[in-house]
Amino acid sequence: MLGLGADLLWADMNRLLAFLFHQGVLDEQFLQLQQLQDETSPNFVSEVVNIYFHESEKLLRNLRGLLMEREFSDYKKMGIHLNQLMGSSSSIGAKRVTNVCLAFRAATDHNNRSGCLRALEMLEHEYCYLKNKLHELFQIEQQRVLAAGVRYPVQNN
Amino acid sequence: MIHQWMLNKVGVKNQAAENGKEAVQIHCSGQGFDLILMDKEMPLMNGIEATKELRSMGICSKIVGVSSHSEEKQIQEFMEAGLDDYLVKPLNMAKLRSILDNIM
Repeated sequence: MLGLGADLLWADMNRLLAFLFHQGVLDEQFLQLQQLQDETSPNFVSEVVNIYFHESEKLLRNLRGLLMEREFSDYKKMGIHLNQLMGSSSSIGAKRVTNVCLAFRAATDHNNRSGCLRALEMLEHEYCYLKNKLHELFQIEQQRVLAAGVRYPVQNN
Repeated sequence: MIHQWMLNKVGVKNQAAENGKEAVQIHCSGQGFDLILMDKEMPLMNGIEATKELRSMGICSKIVGVSSHSEEKQIQEFMEAGLDDYLVKPLNMAKLRSILDNIM
């Protein structure tokens, strides 16, 4: 019975990861992140992803702020924020978010405000979905680590 | 952070700069590097400006540009600033190793 809970949680984690890969939410770059995690940096992935969330939310606020301006015309500035978001998203393997950034960038290249607004809505939706799913993954991982640390007393007959 | 961890993983001593201006300042302080991984999109001073500045200072280190852009025009603009090479994000261990192998 030792570690049964941990095994089940490990299976849950793998199922969720497989689902996220299958849906195109994540790509192989996420595996690169996982490979950088080891005993010396056991929380590396969650630390990097949390920094990504923090930075991304700032960039998304900047993008929305720019587009909501009455006399908005600074597509170049918007492009800069977008490029940062795209770069960091691709670096953690956030494939769908990266793809929406690409479409958004195309709209900025054409100074297409309505296209940008549509892309922003989609981007916020994809980002939200990614964040929820990754939080779910990290929660399962935390539970697994706790469960793996539980040991039943050995009975000596 | 990811790139730093990748470099640490392969045993490469490294230092990170928050923006292009800081990268230039680090070099002004007299520090030298075998390789500079230069992000194109940075606040205060972007990668193109920083690369031009470093070259005008006489910095001969290998500078490899890194960006999410894959369009030829964008890459050319960055290369013309003084890059030795260019990598499209995301950086992975294989891309990093190929750059490091060229320096060794």
